Amino acid sequence: MSAILFDRIDEPGLADISVYEKRGGYEALRNALKQPREGLVEELKSSGLRGRGGAGFPLGMKASFIPGGDMDKYLVCNADESEPGTFKDRELMQKNPHQLIEGMIIAAYIVGANRSFIYIRGEYELPADVLDEAIAQAKAAGFLGENILGSDFSIDLVLHRGAGAYICGEETGLLDSLEGKRGNPRLKPPFPANQGLFQGPTLINNVETLSTIPAIIKMGGAEYAKLGVENSAGTKLVSVSGNVQRPGNYEIELGMKSRDIIYGLAGGPEPGREVKFWFPGGSSSPVLTAADLDLPYDFDSLAKAQSMLGSGAIIVVDDSNSVVDVAVKLASFYKHESCGKCTPCREGTSWTVKMLQRIQAGEATPMDLDIIASVQEQIIGNCLCVLGDAMAMPVSSMVNKFRGEFEEHIEKAREAAGLGLTPPVTPDEPVLTLN
Amino acid sequence: MTEVTRFTHGSRIPGWDDAADLRKAPAGVPDPAQVHVPEELRAEIEAKMAAYPEEQSALIPALHAAQKVHGWCSPEAIEQVACVMRITPGQAAAVATFYDMFETKPVGRQTIYVCTNISCSLRGGDQILTAMKEAAGDDPDFNIRGFECLGACDMAPMASVNGDFVGPLEDSDCRTIVDNIKAGNEALAAKSLKVRPCADEAGKAAGGSE
Ligand SMILES: Cc1cc2nc3c(=O)[nH]c(=O)nc-3n(C[C@H](O)[C@H](O)[C@H](O)COP(=O)(O)O)c2cc1C
Ligand code: FES
Repeated sequence: MSAILFDRIDEPGLADISVYEKRGGYEALRNALKQPREGLVEELKSSGLRGRGGAGFPLGMKASFIPGGDMDKYLVCNADESEPGTFKDRELMQKNPHQLIEGMIIAAYIVGANRSFIYIRGEYELPADVLDEAIAQAKAAGFLGENILGSDFSIDLVLHRGAGAYICGEETGLLDSLEGKRGNPRLKPPFPANQGLFQGPTLINNVETLSTIPAIIKMGGAEYAKLGVENSAGTKLVSVSGNVQRPGNYEIELGMKSRDIIYGLAGGPEPGREVKFWFPGGSSSPVLTAADLDLPYDFDSLAKAQSMLGSGAIIVVDDSNSVVDVAVKLASFYKHESCGKCTPCREGTSWTVKMLQRIQAGEATPMDLDIIASVQEQIIGNCLCVLGDAMAMPVSSMVNKFRGEFEEHIEKAREAAGLGLTPPVTPDEPVLTLN
Repeated sequence: MTEVTRFTHGSRIPGWDDAADLRKAPAGVPDPAQVHVPEELRAEIEAKMAAYPEEQSALIPALHAAQKVHGWCSPEAIEQVACVMRITPGQAAAVATFYDMFETKPVGRQTIYVCTNISCSLRGGDQILTAMKEAAGDDPDFNIRGFECLGACDMAPMASVNGDFVGPLEDSDCRTIVDNIKAGNEALAAKSLKVRPCADEAGKAAGGSE
């Protein structure tokens, strides 16, 4: 496989427009502007590219939802990248900003958007400074602005810096934030394609998704679709972190064996340590264990294993760590980031943290595990967005898969806290059944 | 009728009504004649307002600009933003309190976020936070915060020092960072994100099966 997104990514000066153009940059844009929009949507569809931000929705289909007509239409690039474990968009923007800008201009042309925005998380100061400079260069070169490259298409691009809030990665929270409000998610429908930014039709996509567009236009959708496996076309950037020897971003062809990513590319855990469990798609994805390492890394295989590909962030936890500690960290993050709009998420995340901390401190009984499981069930599917689910799913998976360890921890911590042992529990006879 | 103590003074939730004096009428849009706004700040906010189809979109950039001038989103900073944007201080404060990067209490100017999320804590992020706090001591010029995942888990454990990402950090780096930024130098040039190569090629050369 030859790299697409990471093609010679560390080439000196690549962030400069002259170097980017020398390697064929902005040619895809020139070609696209000569073609009718309908044909280009078909290219996106036939590429089979699924959104890289987390939900995996097909790009071509989303683009085709944007209605025709003369109203103001918007394109928004989601560069909030705050899913724990994810750092691929950062490297793309910092090192090859023009690839993203070119992809955005083509996407805007295809859906007829006349204004576009990049919403970048406020903490990403270096990538944002690089992008500011690249946008200025693209403007000076006539790729942005009125009647670009002599066509009748005009597009303007503004970089918008956020201020630190995970929920602003959720697309409707992002739109509210971009309108200068608190980043509370909106009720859907209406979907952004019909009523998004400033109530206008809006296409919103992740940095990696948009950065792939120039390559798709260049090689053709059908050719791109040959990469990867069924239902998971193309290459994907995976961010590997945690207990591995070579943490970092890797571009893989979808369908690669997970073990080859974690051990082959990222070097696996330190010698003498084993993978205990791993998050395949950011901290919001249910955990998998060492038994799942031979799964092909693609959308369908991970879904079949009751998890998800999510943002493509693999977090590896080795056998020196306690699952209880990781669960507390994880739940605390979602509690902190819950915007507070929906009760199941606001209260559910908060109570989950409290209960997990009781376990940590030795104040819990095994019954608390059943209560935790039941709280997670009451969050899932009951809120405007899936932030609460994003805690509930991994927490449930940890409690399910490592129930023995949780129980052992409860016993030991109680003993240490001087509370004495609880009566023995048999796994098939739960202390309390909640229905 | 029973009294609902939760929503009166004396609530058991400390600080729930800190933000406002409920006996006062809510503040309206500030009168430009009464509020002095530094010229540069005004120009910056107005330029941001012009960049968007609707002016209110400039609120977050405006708060960033005001925080830079005042060091935090003080009532004065909020009033100046509200004055230029022609909104109420309440609207500006509502937004400022939502986002982690806006400081709603006075803090030091040297801002260090130490990541303590999963990937960093697996590699010692929590100890780095402690070490960083120790290194800064009680210097009021420092604002050291544990932070959620900063999107740089490849550098774990890492920190953002006045916006500059550095990592992977060892305990001893904290002292160096504190000394460097006190002297007005770069935080830790050798471990900055600016000089970090992509892992992709090294990983593939080292053992990747591709
Ligand atoms: C709580 C939450 C956080 C999210 N954070 C991000 C994010 O940081 N970046 C991103 O691209 N998508 C994020 N998403 C997904 C977006 O809502 C949306 O699906 C995505 O931007 C669509 O782009 P795509 O089709 O190109 O993937 C998040 C979703 C949720 C529910
Ligand atoms: S967990 Fe620390 S940067 Fe992601």
